[in-house]
Amino acid sequence: MGSFKLGRMTLRSLFKKPETVLYPVEKRYEPEGLKGHIAVDIKKCTMCGVCQKRCPTGAITVDKEAGTWTINRFDCIQCRTCVRDCAFDCLTMEPGYQKPATEKFSATETKPEPTDEELAEKARKEAEKAARVKAALEAKAAREKAAKEAEGQ
Amino acid sequence: MGKAQVIPFGPQHPVLPEPIHLDLVVQDETVVDVLPQIGFIHRGLEKLVETHDIHQYIYVAERICGICAFGHSMGYAETVERLMNVEVPKRAEYLRVIMHELSRIHSHLLWMGLAADAFGYESLFMHTWRLRERVLDIFEAVAGGRVILSYTLLGGVTNDVDEPMLAHIKDVLAGMKKEYNELCNAFLKDTSVKNRTVGVGTLSQEEAIEYGIVGPFARASNVNNDVRCIGQGAYGELSSFEPILDTDGDCYARVKVRALEVLQAIDIINELIDKIPGGPILNPVKGAPEAGSEASGILEQPRGEVYYYCSGNGTKNLERMRIRTPTSQNIAGMTMALKGCDLADVNMIVLSIDPCISCTER
Repeated sequence: MGSFKLGRMTLRSLFKKPETVLYPVEKRYEPEGLKGHIAVDIKKCTMCGVCQKRCPTGAITVDKEAGTWTINRFDCIQCRTCVRDCAFDCLTMEPGYQKPATEKFSATETKPEPTDEELAEKARKEAEKAARVKAALEAKAAREKAAKEAEGQ
Repeated sequence: MGKAQVIPFGPQHPVLPEPIHLDLVVQDETVVDVLPQIGFIHRGLEKLVETHDIHQYIYVAERICGICAFGHSMGYAETVERLMNVEVPKRAEYLRVIMHELSRIHSHLLWMGLAADAFGYESLFMHTWRLRERVLDIFEAVAGGRVILSYTLLGGVTNDVDEPMLAHIKDVLAGMKKEYNELCNAFLKDTSVKNRTVGVGTLSQEEAIEYGIVGPFARASNVNNDVRCIGQGAYGELSSFEPILDTDGDCYARVKVRALEVLQAIDIINELIDKIPGGPILNPVKGAPEAGSEASGILEQPRGEVYYYCSGNGTKNLERMRIRTPTSQNIAGMTMALKGCDLADVNMIVLSIDPCISCTER
């Protein structure tokens, strides 16, 4: 029994730095993995729509035709489901919270039109793929022909 | 004796963090009867299993209550894993229990702060919440969130905790323990605390068993109903576990049980961090629960035993999800503890069961 059991701790607090920070002049340290907001690397995005399908709150909308990726940051609950499920690693969770606003709005990212270099690269890859397919088909036909000839003999 | 009068208490009351309404029948400043009323914060979260699949429902489950957020996601995940016969990797079980015990520390510190505020000891309240911040900082560094963690997944956890981080958690808890012992000294030995709590709202062991109360409220009346004793998950790997009991059954005993449970949780976390095995942290759950399958699970949350029930219907959505929470069990015991007390002690007794109305109404 007795009073002033907290006296020592309270006295110590008099000579210590305050526990709180002087926001907004001073800001709290944000750890690396802080779930602030979703960022998208739209160049990598293939518009597959998995993020839209898995999002528990329906905050993401992907329009493949228009090439847009839209997120309503006020509906997003920072659960990281889209970041985990994205097969192309184009979504990341970054520190920094969405600032408050008087009404909800969406942020849209538009997939940029491919440049001439990218188009040329795509055409080259497609030509390579077509050549590979053609070679494989020819090889298959040759194998089948050889097998038939072997059977005939 | 004077005439009996009815005094409404809540749902908006300075001592209550959440809305519960009590009709107090008082006679000469003594409470003779109590009629509780709930239903101010019902959100229909159990119904949402019909629109959210088993993976998405985790995020709904952890929004049932802000303080037991991690516990609800863990309890739900364990029950669905049992429904689908999924084995959780050992490391994930350890990480879940470490996080769950950390949330017990933060929940008890929050309650102790609120109790100090209720009996008018403002500096004790401030110091208790100052310590609680350190646990929230650990959550922020590990899971990226302070209250809603989204750390549990079906079949494991979202991200691993590396060795330096585990060592950091141990360091923080060691620093906290030193200061916490000083706080405990104030909570358990200060005259001003004892004046408000000793002999107030007494509930005997027989009454506690009769009203089916759970959690620290029951343990303060010497009823051992700590579900952790069963040894589910990583709790089974502890070298020894003794629940904290008290025999007095008054508000002081409830403060004491919670105060000592924080120290016990720190010991559990230290032991599990020493023993944590390596290996994977996630065993991905694929497919859907079979039609007609049923599973249930229990978990000791900061406020007491929570019971989960799930049934599947062959689709990605569950057929039914049911949660029985500790406060719905404890309200009957609370009304009995309130009978015969002084009007001025009502707030202390109501707070001493650590009511969580969000959990109760869902």
